[in-house]
Amino acid sequence: MKSLGSIRRSFAPWTDPSAKPYISFRNVTKKFGTFVAVDDLSLDIYHREFFALLGASGCGKSTLLRMLAGFEQPTSGEIILDGVNMAGTPPYRRPVNMMFQSYALFPHMTVEKNIAFGLKQDGMPKNEIAERVAQMLKLVKLEKFATRKPHQLSGGQRQRVALARSLAKRPKVLLLDEPLGALDKKLREETQFELMDLQQDLGLTFVIVTHDQEEAMTMADRIAVMSAGKVNQVATPAEIYEAPNSRFVADFIGDVNIFDGLVTSSANGMLDIAVGEGFTIRTPIGNMDVRGAARGFAIRPEKIRVSREVPPDAGINSVKGEMWDIAYLGDMTVYIVKLPNGQTVKASSLNAQRSVENPLGYDEDVWISFDGDAGVLLKD
Amino acid sequence: MVRLVNGIFNRLVIVIPFGWLLIFFLVPFVIVLRISMSQTAIAMPPYTPVFDIATGWEGLKDFLSQLSLDNFLYLTQDSLYLKAYISSVTIAFFSTLLTLLVGYPIAYAMAQAPRTIRPTLLMLVILPFWTSFLIRVYAWIAILKPEGFLNQILLYLGIIHEPLIILNTNTAVYIGIVYSYLPFMVLPLYSALEKLDGTLIEAAEDLGCTRFQAFWKVTFPLSLPGVVAGFLLVFIPATGEFVIPDLLGGSETLMIGKTLWAEFFSNRDWPVSSAVAIVLLLVLVIPIALFQNAQAKAQGE
Repeated sequence: MKSLGSIRRSFAPWTDPSAKPYISFRNVTKKFGTFVAVDDLSLDIYHREFFALLGASGCGKSTLLRMLAGFEQPTSGEIILDGVNMAGTPPYRRPVNMMFQSYALFPHMTVEKNIAFGLKQDGMPKNEIAERVAQMLKLVKLEKFATRKPHQLSGGQRQRVALARSLAKRPKVLLLDEPLGALDKKLREETQFELMDLQQDLGLTFVIVTHDQEEAMTMADRIAVMSAGKVNQVATPAEIYEAPNSRFVADFIGDVNIFDGLVTSSANGMLDIAVGEGFTIRTPIGNMDVRGAARGFAIRPEKIRVSREVPPDAGINSVKGEMWDIAYLGDMTVYIVKLPNGQTVKASSLNAQRSVENPLGYDEDVWISFDGDAGVLLKD
Repeated sequence: MVRLVNGIFNRLVIVIPFGWLLIFFLVPFVIVLRISMSQTAIAMPPYTPVFDIATGWEGLKDFLSQLSLDNFLYLTQDSLYLKAYISSVTIAFFSTLLTLLVGYPIAYAMAQAPRTIRPTLLMLVILPFWTSFLIRVYAWIAILKPEGFLNQILLYLGIIHEPLIILNTNTAVYIGIVYSYLPFMVLPLYSALEKLDGTLIEAAEDLGCTRFQAFWKVTFPLSLPGVVAGFLLVFIPATGEFVIPDLLGGSETLMIGKTLWAEFFSNRDWPVSSAVAIVLLLVLVIPIALFQNAQAKAQGE
């Protein structure tokens, strides 16, 4: 069976038309004065899903999360959580908990008291609270720090306390607002995997807001790419990467080369796009057989080959250029090739061997080539 | 060379404030202490012994042998002083509490106000300082007296049928202290509340608190340093207050500041009034020092 990209786990309720969404945003709009933060947005999130809202700052992703938590009310539209319309429900009555970007730990309380805060508020018996707090401390491996105050902890430890506190009440949904932003890279990567394991073990629904695409790709079952208060695409990380539905998404996620040209012909299920003199892209048609129309073809750097040899069918899915720049990154090498029309193309190749015979050099004439189905045809 | 200049500069930074404290606090304190251990006399200055440096070592010995704690003993024998101390502390305590009750909502509202208008609000709090303290207290006489503004308005509105007697009672003293010291309460409270991270309140709400509960469990405990600072800033000067009880208070108002004034100006008894001042200082400093010590310990944990 062929599938786009690799699959993390077999979990895809969104492909099942009978599956009922757990969280639904229906035509939600949020305005602050004249500024439209969230614009007529509809979105479904499923039970036990790890869902990421990804976008640049100011795209409305945090506002969306805050509306789910109850800190903001939608200007119009509705939010349904587990079958209940959340309109007018204050934050303290919602079955969701939030892990704040700043962690928002109570500085006057010990780690224990921070974690117990929500439980005490619910009037849980004292012995049960103690039991739950101990359990939470064990979960985030902070047993030894129970009586410390937040200012006596490191950034990573605070992040764990915040996580424990937000999970202590066993919310139906955990909201994470840039939860790893304040951690250094190594700790961040470790924590990503821990969060994924935790989410699977506890069987909770996680909604995470992030501007870090790698973070979203690593952790999420599905990603919603947002810009200007709208959702551009909702799909699995592999789909978002391999089949972006627009120029914006293709450009936003990872590196991409986009070749623009005019559709010249279609035959035998193949579409030809003339990009420039002696450079035609021949790709499976899809449903965009519009002759004479301008089309973009997006292809990722790792799917482009660079070599000195003239490829077969030269000029079809291949073009001659000049080696402009070479960056050796250890695990791979990135080539920048300048085409005759002035466009630069990024290509990368994995350094599977330690040594290379007669490596490509600057200012050499090289051929770039790729498979017709290695890229994606853009509608816009 | 630069290092040497820096070294001198660093020394100066420490020496200047300590020098200031030495000259303007410690030296006057020692002088007052010395007078409090003398005996009153009809002379210039009005106390004995007087130390003359020309008498040398023998003179100093003689001088020291004449100093005594008689005046402090005297303070314990006349119940007037004890009553005055207790009454001062009581009035100061309750008026400080009132100031806190009035000042907290003001400071809270200021801290919640839009960032752009906060400087204006701050300005309004400080504005009364532009008029002399004495004039502002006099103004309260015009407001509170039987035929004053307050009574006229209440009579006009038909709320009362005969003027309230407020002036020259303890009530007027409370009003005067709350009014005069309000900025000293509002400013530290405001600075504590303004620093508060708004997401902490959101976190409390997220974990099940109503707005009101979030205030008592998060906002208020975190504003305690401001409460303590404001309390001390009002309580200390209010205890020794003289102008307000003198102008607004009546014969029933017994405050140590007034007693001290009477000893000094009416009785011309410098030694006893100095002793009153020393005891007042101890009454204020000892509990505050103990309190701060306890707080420092609590923070250290």
